[in-house]
Amino acid sequence: MASTYEKIATNTLGSAAATVTFSTISGAYTDLVFIIAAGNSTTASDQIRAQFNSDTGSNYSFTQIVGNGSTATSGRSSNSTAMRFGFCSNNTETNAIIQIQNYSNTTTYKSSLARINNPNVNLYAVVNLWRNTSAITNISLFMESGGNFNSGSTFTLYGIKAA
Amino acid sequence: MAASTNSYESIATTTVGSGGSATVTLSSIPATYTHLQVRCIVRSTQAAANFGVLMYFNGITTQASNYSAHALRGNGSSASAFGGTTESIQSVGAGANATSGVFGAVVWDILDYTNTNKNKVVRALGGYDNNGDGIIQLSSGMLYSSQPVISSITFATTGNDFAQYSQFALYGIKGS
Repeated sequence: MASTYEKIATNTLGSAAATVTFSTISGAYTDLVFIIAAGNSTTASDQIRAQFNSDTGSNYSFTQIVGNGSTATSGRSSNSTAMRFGFCSNNTETNAIIQIQNYSNTTTYKSSLARINNPNVNLYAVVNLWRNTSAITNISLFMESGGNFNSGSTFTLYGIKAA
Repeated sequence: MAASTNSYESIATTTVGSGGSATVTLSSIPATYTHLQVRCIVRSTQAAANFGVLMYFNGITTQASNYSAHALRGNGSSASAFGGTTESIQSVGAGANATSGVFGAVVWDILDYTNTNKNKVVRALGGYDNNGDGIIQLSSGMLYSSQPVISSITFATTGNDFAQYSQFALYGIKGS
């Protein structure tokens, strides 16, 4: 019996890198799950941003809820040039699991759900939107401030097949 | 012993057709797994920004005396919480006022669904974004009035129908 939940690709950085890209993503699945275990190489806080299919236009938006140890807040970004997939701070590790639903259909805009954990600072839940009906074939990640991902950061992409 | 590569299996998928549908039921769920996961994209035909996606088990659709639920949500400007002991298990999707093509997304996890000694507990992460409005919601819920094996799951809306292309995919996760 064919596997339903399959690893598509993994990238473990051998040296610090400004961007991480998964390309030529097969359309053979229904959903994608993207797991990030990464750190940034500076002492500053930084957001992990994501774009699909190399689209750098203002075609993204997101709504989030954040808890920082004392308060819960919510915010959003509209007409953004990238989505929110993670949060790094002060050279510490973060992890995030992103659910990318129905990524290969060509009917709907693409919604994704991110749960982001940075135990030193905060945790996030985020819903992202890419206003495009194209199948997702490429995912690019980068730090919002232009910094690097640490060496040893891992990025793994899985595919899930529906019946 | 090598881990099985087939511990996560697709059970059934339903996609709403052009006429819309007030409910979607995933029935005849086999009891051969340990946990269930439902992954869906959802939009309503109701003329509103958003709507509630309700989850019922085994045809038990009365929330009072059967279900409890709590949720933590953010609407882009503030965080809030709601819930209680007469609350349906629920998440959120995009309403018909959202831009065409915008669907909410929800991932539901139903743990130990065949255990007849436990109330059945669900967690969900769901939300929609419509480039200027949106909701992100973390949910928990429980069927507390009985402890049946879950053999069917029904999804309903808080208003009108699920719109065309809404999709519900059910997966089984095996234990050891």
